[in-house]
Amino acid sequence: MDNLGLLADGLGAALTPENLMYAAIGVLLGTFVGVLPGIGPAMAVALLLPVTFGLEPTQAFIMFAGIYYGGMYGGSTTSILLNTPGESSSVMTAIEGNKMAKKGRAAQALATAAIGSFIAGTIGTLLVVFFAPILADFAVTIGAPSFFAIIVLAMVLVTSLLGESKLRGWISLFLGLTFGLIGMDLNTGQPRLDFGRPELGGRLDIVIVAVGIFALGEALWVAAHLRRKPLEIIPVGQPWMGKDDWGRSWKPWLRGTAIGFPFGAVPAGGAETPTFLSYLLERKLAKKKDEFGNGAIEGVAGPEAANNASAAGTFVPLLAMGIPVTATSAVMLAALTSYGIQPGPQLMTDHSDLVWTLLASLLIGNALLLVLNLPLAPLWAKLLSIPRPQLYAGILFFASLGAYAASQRAFDILLLLVFGLVGFMMRRFAFPVLPLIIGVILGPLMETRFREALAISGGDLDALWSEKLGVGLYVIAALVIVVPLVLKARRPSNPSDPDGTDGSTGPSDSDGSDNEKELVH
Amino acid sequence: MKPTIVVGYSPDEFGAVGVERALEEARLRDARVLVVNASRGDAYVDEHFASTEQLRALEEQLSSSGVDCEVRQSFGHDVAEQVLGVIEETGAILVVLGIRRRSPVGKLLMGSVAQKVLLGAECAVLAVKPPR
Repeated sequence: MDNLGLLADGLGAALTPENLMYAAIGVLLGTFVGVLPGIGPAMAVALLLPVTFGLEPTQAFIMFAGIYYGGMYGGSTTSILLNTPGESSSVMTAIEGNKMAKKGRAAQALATAAIGSFIAGTIGTLLVVFFAPILADFAVTIGAPSFFAIIVLAMVLVTSLLGESKLRGWISLFLGLTFGLIGMDLNTGQPRLDFGRPELGGRLDIVIVAVGIFALGEALWVAAHLRRKPLEIIPVGQPWMGKDDWGRSWKPWLRGTAIGFPFGAVPAGGAETPTFLSYLLERKLAKKKDEFGNGAIEGVAGPEAANNASAAGTFVPLLAMGIPVTATSAVMLAALTSYGIQPGPQLMTDHSDLVWTLLASLLIGNALLLVLNLPLAPLWAKLLSIPRPQLYAGILFFASLGAYAASQRAFDILLLLVFGLVGFMMRRFAFPVLPLIIGVILGPLMETRFREALAISGGDLDALWSEKLGVGLYVIAALVIVVPLVLKARRPSNPSDPDGTDGSTGPSDSDGSDNEKELVH
Repeated sequence: MKPTIVVGYSPDEFGAVGVERALEEARLRDARVLVVNASRGDAYVDEHFASTEQLRALEEQLSSSGVDCEVRQSFGHDVAEQVLGVIEETGAILVVLGIRRRSPVGKLLMGSVAQKVLLGAECAVLAVKPPR
């Protein structure tokens, strides 16, 4: 297969002792940050982005893949040991995982999560290798109106499928779109929303927005809730699995992968839905039904695999069309852009060497994670005993360094602070973060396509629904918005799905765990 | 009202010898025992803060001793200050601390709750160490 040959070339470029060292550093750093509750892979990647500055693209990608998988792995560790899911996608892991840990099976829960993630990540990455080029070939033939429709659909899906409050989702999205408008109008050269500051003449640096919203917002939030009752951690030794656990895990891993990947590949809004579906499926198929809810290993294996497979799946729209559908892939896109790579359908052809290196790095990072991190689990759990003031001082240091390093302007630190305050307020009022980030990143892209379509048609708005594909996508988008409203109107007294939702606490990414923590002054 | 004996408690061997000794003293003096388990509450996990399970075991031990006992958990800026606060509030006659064996340099580096209580307490301080 041609694609496999290209992937092998990528692996060849990535597999040197020096590169493996970068991968190892990436995995360790990513896990370090990802272990902290409230900090998911998106923030780990955003925060550690500046660490990769100054490296060759290949090495940067390798480190990056390590940070990415490290961040994901760290999240599952805290879910299982502390019962504080760092983000919505690990809520399901926490349900059974923490129960397992309480029954003294923390080691097995961690092992099935890590190995399941590895298997799902590897299969998922290989699927990306096959699907991304096909989709990219197709994407090149799509005209600007349809591309515009795809972006609209992605936004609608991300905003309306996630979270409990749709209104908050939409507010968050439009806030993001507004931030995306800041800067010079590319067609006319007029400054927009620049408040007379020359520094706002260009587009906002997505790294500053992401680090501000994720890292600074979280740090301020933590500072506002500094003293809390300490959580009860479950002591853990070396993660391992017995023969019985393997027998019970491998099917959920594969099923989770099968569920997760399509949800990531179709811009359907992250890993929340597939992990939930995987959990329900495993519960249905389980031989010992009564064990579910009391720490069934299938309930960890399935959702954790679905989570990682969907994370891998998001690389399909990301690489083939330049459309990110999760916060993490949005930050990844920003990283690609910082290497002068224009996202879009041309990416696979124009920068094929980099794309294949990135995919190969994902495989390496994934494998290294298993080798390096599984034995270190007790050490990572120790990290949680570090007092928050010290931890977040370090995070703030990295955040400011990253914001400043991007273009060495003091003004950017101010911007960082502003976005930090926005992030804090969003947590305070339970706004989901993802629609905002998607808005900031996809807004300009959407605008470009919109202007393109209008330029071709000479300003005639009919051009927007001139392509069949585009019209079809609008119909889907409209259905996604209308159908839940209709269903809700027809069944007003029936609250959504009474079973299984007991573990989902918050409406958004990172504040989910905060509701249940006891607040102490 | 019986006089109060305060114990600075952590769920480890140091806390255990402290509680044991406090119970002995309480029987001698016909006093009640107030176990204080304090945390700064600024880390996600604090191993010196008793978990629900450890708390249950402690309470079982206390109630089976026949001495009038109470357990208090609190958070605040400084653990020693919380212990001192309880001493002042209850007008305790004695505070029992299980202390760690550390070199003077170790004390300098790590700080010490016991040292602050020793220096700050108005009442008598009894320092006990677990057997080597």
